[in-house]
Amino acid sequence: MLTGIKRVAKAGFIGFWRNAYVSLASVFVITVALFVIGSTMFIDQLLTVSLKNLQAKVDINVYFVPNAPQTEIDAIKNAVAALPDVSSVTYTSREEALAIYRDRNKNDEIAMQALAELDDNPLGANLAIQANQTSQYESISRFLEEKRDLASPQNPVIDDVNYNENREAIDTLTKIIATVEQTSFVVLLVLILAAIMITFNTIRLAIYTAKEEISIMRLVGASNMFIRGPFMLQGAMYGIIAGIISLLIFYPAMIWLGPHTEAFFEFNIFSYFVSNFAYIFGVLLGSGIVLGLISSILAVARYLRT
Amino acid sequence: MIYFDNVSKLYNDGRSAALQEVTFQVDPKEFVSIVGHSGAGKTTLLKMIIAEDKPSHGQVFFESLDIHQIPRGKLPRYRRKIGTVFQDFKLLSNKTAYENIAFAMEANGRSDGEILENVPQALALVGLDDKAWNFPNELSGGEKQRVAIARAIVNQPDIIVADEPTGNLDPIATYEVVQILRKINDLGTTVIMTTHNKGVIDELGRRVITMEEGRIIRDDANGKYIL
Repeated sequence: MLTGIKRVAKAGFIGFWRNAYVSLASVFVITVALFVIGSTMFIDQLLTVSLKNLQAKVDINVYFVPNAPQTEIDAIKNAVAALPDVSSVTYTSREEALAIYRDRNKNDEIAMQALAELDDNPLGANLAIQANQTSQYESISRFLEEKRDLASPQNPVIDDVNYNENREAIDTLTKIIATVEQTSFVVLLVLILAAIMITFNTIRLAIYTAKEEISIMRLVGASNMFIRGPFMLQGAMYGIIAGIISLLIFYPAMIWLGPHTEAFFEFNIFSYFVSNFAYIFGVLLGSGIVLGLISSILAVARYLRT
Repeated sequence: MIYFDNVSKLYNDGRSAALQEVTFQVDPKEFVSIVGHSGAGKTTLLKMIIAEDKPSHGQVFFESLDIHQIPRGKLPRYRRKIGTVFQDFKLLSNKTAYENIAFAMEANGRSDGEILENVPQALALVGLDDKAWNFPNELSGGEKQRVAIARAIVNQPDIIVADEPTGNLDPIATYEVVQILRKINDLGTTVIMTTHNKGVIDELGRRVITMEEGRIIRDDANGKYIL
């Protein structure tokens, strides 16, 4: 048994080495397949994160009138926070609102002068409300509108309720990204399938050259496992090498892409790559080994029948 | 030792036959030559013995074992009892002469020690001690065939099956190969060989089975090549 394993291993390594060109071609094809699989993972991650980021930007702002009583404001704040759809409520007091306004317009002299003319802080407090899901804003906004309409017209508390000004744009963008995500999923699935098929075929051709060899092995009375073993080992070696090569390609690519994705998607793909390295390494190497191994087993099986 | 019991082999069309009602027996330590024109069914006959082909009717026995009832998983074990030699040598081109012979022993599950001991012996028997580390493409036809014979005998099989072993060889190499086969037979191994070569048959002076259109038409104990 042990000698058998040792011989199979030795034959596998020798076969790998003596058929260097065939091995090279197989490794290359699996590398391409792994590259497609890896890219799929990264693109999917980018799209998911950017979708999340966009969703996080959508909120409803409630602007209170400047002289709204604090008790009423707190009441509304608590009522909103109690809604099941609401994920967070951020309260900004009048003073904070003024500070933010000053900071934002510190280079705008006219605005500063206008502010200086006023005796009192013209800004009211406000609430920024975030929902769990984009679709839930509709109902939250309706709830707030009702609150506003219920108050007596002489003493209004809520001045205005609005979705973020970019709401429609963000809504559209969300839809676009969701569509892109679905489409890219299909496209990448097709690409992955194509890569797998090409790998299968390359290895099948590689083993076709060994067809004669396999028939000779059978003639001298080699058992099926004894024949199959070295090819399986070679397949697994193709996968391991291809996995390592694809990581070696991804690494610099990620370093280069990191800042770019940071700027565009607000998500640094390189830090994702580094922090999930073990997972990515496992997926790429694992897919490589599975691809190589299964391709080899299937290809050899053809010649072991009868 | 080998017994063909009324064996026929029909092709897929169901009409033309490679073998028709063939019955004969080979005893231990015999040297049997099978002669006949191309397409007479010689190779089909040999393929039945190594379980590469199945009869449509009849049975083939190895001792008391019906060869074509052997389960697929046990076939390798059965084939190890038989050494095979072919016209086109069938050596593994990416292995050296030594490795080709060693491979047959490895497949047999022999220990490294046995391999180290027996491979050089087999190479010496066929007179190729000095070509052990050459690859097949570095050997002449006769040398390749001698490697193939060394591989066939290294596991000490009960029987050697040789399909046109001299078909691709010049007269001198042919003579050498036949002498080696005769030597192996003298050492106690049964040999079944097909051939076209009249000189080989006449020189051997052993049993000759003559085939024509899938039938045995002559079986002489001290045969000459008559066709």
